[in-house]
Amino acid sequence: MKRTVFLDVEALPHHAFGSRSPMWWGTVAFMVIEGAMFAMLVATYVYLRGAENVWPPPGFAPPSLLWGSLNTAILLASLWPNHKVHKAVEELDVSATRRWMLVGDLFAVMFLAVRVLELGGLNVRWDSNAYGSIVWLVMGFHTFHLLTDAVETLVLTGMMYTIPSERRMVDVSDDTLYWNFVVLVWLPLYVVVYWLPRWL
Amino acid sequence: MNPPERDEPSGRRAREVVRRDEPHRPAAEERRLLAATWGRRPGLWGWLTSTSHQEIGRRYIVTALVFFVLAGIGALLMRLQLARPENGLLGPDLYNQVFTLHGTTMMFLFAVPVMEGFAIYLVPMMLGTRNVAFPRLNAFGYWLYLLAGSFLWGASLLGIAPDAGWFSYVPLAGPEFSPGKRADVWAQLINLTEISALIVAVEVIVTTFKQRAAGMSLDRIPLYVWSVLVMSFMVVFAMPAVMLSGVFLALDRLVATHFFNPFEGGDALLWQHLFWFFGHPEVYIIFVPALGFVSSIVAAFTRRPVFGYPAMVLALVATGFISFGLWVHHMFTTGLPQLGESFFTAASLLIAVPTGVQIFCWIATLATGRPRFGVPLLFVLGFVATFVLGGLTGVMLASVPLDLQVHDTFFVVAHFHYVLIGGAVFPLFGAIYYWFPKAFGRRLSERLGRWQFGLLLVGFNLTFFPMHQLGFDGMPRRVYTYLPGRGWENLNLLATVGAMVIGLSVLLFAANVMRSLRRGEPAGHDPWAADTLEWALPSPPPVYGPLHLPVVVGRNGLWEPGAGTTFVTGLDPHAREVLVTNFLDADPELRETLPGDSPWPLVSAVVVAATFVGAMFTPWAPVIGSVPLFFALLAWAMPEKEEREEAREQERQRQAGAATP
Amino acid sequence: MTRRRWTAAPSLLLAALTAGCGALPAALDPAGPQAARVAVLWWWFLGVCAVVYLLVVGALAWAAWRGRRRGARRGSPQSAAPPAWADDPPELSADPARERRLALAVAGAAGATVLILIGLLVGSVITGDALAGARPEAELTIHITGRQWWWEVEYPGEMASERVITANEIHLPVGAIVHLEMTSADVIHSFWVPRLHGKIDLVPGRTTHHWLAAERPGVFTGQCAEFCGHQHAHMGLLVVAEPPERFAAWLAAQRRSAAAPDTAAEARGLEVFLDSSCVLCHAIRGTPAGGRTAPDLTHVASRATLAAGTLANTPGHLGGWILDSQGVKPGNRMPPNALSGEELQALLAYLESLR
Ligand code: HEA
Ligand code: HEA
Ligand code: HEC
Ligand code: CUA
Ligand SMILES: [Cu+2]
Repeated sequence: MKRTVFLDVEALPHHAFGSRSPMWWGTVAFMVIEGAMFAMLVATYVYLRGAENVWPPPGFAPPSLLWGSLNTAILLASLWPNHKVHKAVEELDVSATRRWMLVGDLFAVMFLAVRVLELGGLNVRWDSNAYGSIVWLVMGFHTFHLLTDAVETLVLTGMMYTIPSERRMVDVSDDTLYWNFVVLVWLPLYVVVYWLPRWL
Repeated sequence: MNPPERDEPSGRRAREVVRRDEPHRPAAEERRLLAATWGRRPGLWGWLTSTSHQEIGRRYIVTALVFFVLAGIGALLMRLQLARPENGLLGPDLYNQVFTLHGTTMMFLFAVPVMEGFAIYLVPMMLGTRNVAFPRLNAFGYWLYLLAGSFLWGASLLGIAPDAGWFSYVPLAGPEFSPGKRADVWAQLINLTEISALIVAVEVIVTTFKQRAAGMSLDRIPLYVWSVLVMSFMVVFAMPAVMLSGVFLALDRLVATHFFNPFEGGDALLWQHLFWFFGHPEVYIIFVPALGFVSSIVAAFTRRPVFGYPAMVLALVATGFISFGLWVHHMFTTGLPQLGESFFTAASLLIAVPTGVQIFCWIATLATGRPRFGVPLLFVLGFVATFVLGGLTGVMLASVPLDLQVHDTFFVVAHFHYVLIGGAVFPLFGAIYYWFPKAFGRRLSERLGRWQFGLLLVGFNLTFFPMHQLGFDGMPRRVYTYLPGRGWENLNLLATVGAMVIGLSVLLFAANVMRSLRRGEPAGHDPWAADTLEWALPSPPPVYGPLHLPVVVGRNGLWEPGAGTTFVTGLDPHAREVLVTNFLDADPELRETLPGDSPWPLVSAVVVAATFVGAMFTPWAPVIGSVPLFFALLAWAMPEKEEREEAREQERQRQAGAATP
Repeated sequence: MTRRRWTAAPSLLLAALTAGCGALPAALDPAGPQAARVAVLWWWFLGVCAVVYLLVVGALAWAAWRGRRRGARRGSPQSAAPPAWADDPPELSADPARERRLALAVAGAAGATVLILIGLLVGSVITGDALAGARPEAELTIHITGRQWWWEVEYPGEMASERVITANEIHLPVGAIVHLEMTSADVIHSFWVPRLHGKIDLVPGRTTHHWLAAERPGVFTGQCAEFCGHQHAHMGLLVVAEPPERFAAWLAAQRRSAAAPDTAAEARGLEVFLDSSCVLCHAIRGTPAGGRTAPDLTHVASRATLAAGTLANTPGHLGGWILDSQGVKPGNRMPPNALSGEELQALLAYLESLR
């Protein structure tokens, strides 16, 4: 007769931040998927460029630098409130979390607004030629990410004010991770959209 | 029982796991509580809102098999049309729709989802946990898949089935040469099913990384789980390519972008690169889980662990990696530079090595085990005999000069049916015979199974072997008819007869399932005395899976001498708690509570599907769709009542903590 | 019983093979050096792969047989019926010496696989190089444009008057290395004449190249191999390889403009042609008809087939085609024409005179 033994896990915590949480892995997995998409967009850009002699095609100016560069600065600056949120939430400091999330929301509004101006300065339409198509798709796809991230952050801000449970705090922490991703992925895209047509 | 004391999420406080001799509750009470917590509400509502991995896995499998039959009926129609020259059964318009539907359905709605369904059903059980990591997302993925498939076949009934082939080459599928909505149906179907495939991949990866039974370190994961893990990683890196190309196509068609328009700087071959960068891994996405089936069956039916576990795992991983370097072998005739093509020949040949290693390991297992030739093992033997032939014709295709001759002919059709049916459908039938007793508590009939196997083997070879010769004799694929006098008549007729024999075999299988569901021999919990953890569960397994989560002591699961002696206790049966363990060693780390059943995944899926369908007609569909989607997702993520209380409680504790420093 | 099942597979395959027609399939009955090279490579691949296949399936059969005997010796129940299985414990602690032998065997097989693959790779690359080797020596260049669902064939000339445009039929001098320069006017097509060479795609926006030669006179059928829509099935072509003198004569004849009508009926036919919609699409050199979206009809009567290999070129078929092109080749890009009997007869008389 085998003797059975039990491991009592009752004392284990319910939530954890970072790689101990399944949610963190889920977030990372989706970041990898989207990262792969961005990488393939860039590859497509380079591929289409390789088939042309003149880039951008004759008659089209490269995208205007002003708004794009400004937005890059705003996005980079938003890493700072984001970092603050991350720290605050992992210390379970609800009031600091709320405060910094509001700052983050402000940044979100800013970069979305500037993004609209950016789109006005691309100097090409999506249906002008393949160059225009890929530039617009890169911008559109990234804007889509900005938008969903902004909405998610807004919703989580609301939750921090109404039901700041630890489970949601884990979500907030993962959201800051995702925010970093959306910002960092912009940097290569910025180079591709704004600088490649000037260099190549 | 009092709820356990709250801990800080960062886990800086108590984490000890203690041993005890007794569970917290008597088995009967635990069982009752678990059943109440994990069970779904009765009736249709419960059915629509369920998030149980068993239920969703079963639905995936059943839905995929329905699509298999539909696509198979399409195949029979094609075979009837080709049985003699200048046949009038299907005209060109219909034939083109039928072969496109057949290929698209078989690949995207049958082969991949059926493998995903098995993974969703089996992985949590094999890992000794109660559900997948994100149960609502899982339900959402299934609904998307169901809606996508129904959309494709619904559109087909309305006469707008796609008709440009399962890889929908541009410019044929572009705005100029495919007016109407057929190509849009294809593009949106692809985008929807790929989302669902990505979801399953994430479920499998996170569940395997974080919810393995205590003690199941990485080197103790069952080979089947390894295989679906590799499949999931391939999905993660491959599907984005096809989604992207699907988006390009949809945009070209809808808002006049020029991704594929060579006259405005686009390129027709861009499509082929993107599609095959996905498409080649896709075929291994189908094949690799089948290798997992084979390993499971071989171990149980030879009464020994599969020889060479490390080699098997390495081979699976290597297959996953190499498969991303082969895509150009589908494009040898497009006139790419020769040197580049030779590289892809070499890579394509290279992938034969890991595949060969696995086959050699199974042969070694068979030779040194005590095989008994039950139906699942027969299907495994049939798998080796047919798949190796298909693999070898693959090796021929990988040679550029040979491919120049046989590309886009029936030789290729023969190759891929040998590898798809031999490599995936044979193991799939084996897997169904193997796990059916677990899922339904009854065994399928062995006698009918043997007949089914024999008919499939004969019918299959009769159908597809002659196609090799047809290819060499100049018969291209995707022709709705051919002229008499070219010597193709007899072989085509033979193939048609063979297809009917396959059909008979499938009918026999259906009959076997129907019969055995009601009158099959009761199976008991472990009819094969097999090694993996699902066999410790009752058949059919209760919704919550194991009564007490198992603790794993070795690679061979239930076969290990100490197996079945250590369990986990202390999860709260009043909530849907699962044990989260760490990535490398599977040491217990957290008690995570999974969300309950919910209608919102279904609602969200309906909104998403409607948005995609709407996007065939107007670019504003995503904008309009995002509004209901926002609310559906909000409702999905809305905390339940318990969480509100939890939040209040935590808030109080935090304040108390702040007051007494 | 079970053993017979898997050994049945290969013999069945052989039976199926011999059940085919007696002659060699087209791609293995080469009429030119390119196809011959590929055929040689094929026989090598087939031989090597057949041996590999027999070895693998043989090993599988042997392993099953050996395992079965082992099981019987140890008193394992042979039946597949499970209830007895629980008393048949798994073997976990295998004899380490045996496992080492197994590991060696598997490693050896994997090593052999690598060696064989390297051999196949080398053979394949050598053949590929040989196919490419014909390039510099090309003596004749032909432009081919794929269209839904026919082939436009152009023999370029120094002067416009030396240029020949025809359709669906390519003439070559025997022995000459011919350079085919190809593109597509609409979707992707693929040029394939199995007895001469493998295929090459015709991609819109790109130019692709093929070098081939016919070693003996003959008429070789070809076919579009890349799916290109409705009538992909009926997008055939003919390659006519003839001795150089005959080829030169053919080319000279093709260079001439269309013969002027000789008889009243022919003259009437030309009139019908010019008055109908035909001119919108078709060209007949020497007449005002200059459409470029359909086969050039200047010498239509000299061709062996109609509508890209679909019909033999007889007056009856020609008439049927003109009246009911959609019945013959559903979905093709030529509309049916409602002509009176008299008009049709005249038109046929004229078209038949276009040799
Ligand atoms: C399950 C799916 C599956 C699998 C596993 C494979 C496996 C392989 N395939 Fe196949 N393939 C398809 C599904 C699959 N394929 C499909 C669907 C298409 C067509 C798509 C379309 O156009 O519609 C296709 C098309 C296709 C092409 C393009 C043909 C063309 O369109 O012209 C090529 C070319 O290289 C190719 C090669 C290979 C190779 C080298 C393997 C290798 O992985 C095979 C390796 C296995 C073995 C070799 C056997 C086992 C090994 C041993 C026993 C060791 C000893 C062996 C030797 C010494 C050689 N495949
Ligand atoms: C997993 C993938 C898979 C599977 C299993 C199959 C299975 C079959 N395939 Fe398919 N096939 C493809 C994937 C697959 N195919 C792909 C990707 C293509 C390329 C498409 C393209 O070119 O775009 C293709 C193309 C293809 C062609 C080439 C068409 C052409 O190029 O013109 C042919 C022709 O014979 C064919 C035949 C068959 C047959 C006879 C079966 C049989 O094995 C089918 C067996 C199933 C049945 C016969 C159904 C049985 C059901 C009944 C008898 C009714 C029972 C009713 C109840 C139970 C209620 N297939
Ligand atoms: C709208 C365009 C169009 C018109 C008008 C048209 N044709 Fe055609 N014709 C075609 C096309 C396209 C083909 C090639 C069809 C194919 O093979 O798929 C063709 C093929 C032919 C062929 C066969 C050529 C060959 O070598 O295979 C003949 C002969 C022919 N047309 C005669 C006529 C005559 C006579 C008329 C007028 C009464 C006519 N066509 C009107 C487009 C047209
Ligand atoms: Cu042109 Cu197929
Ligand atoms: Cu491939």
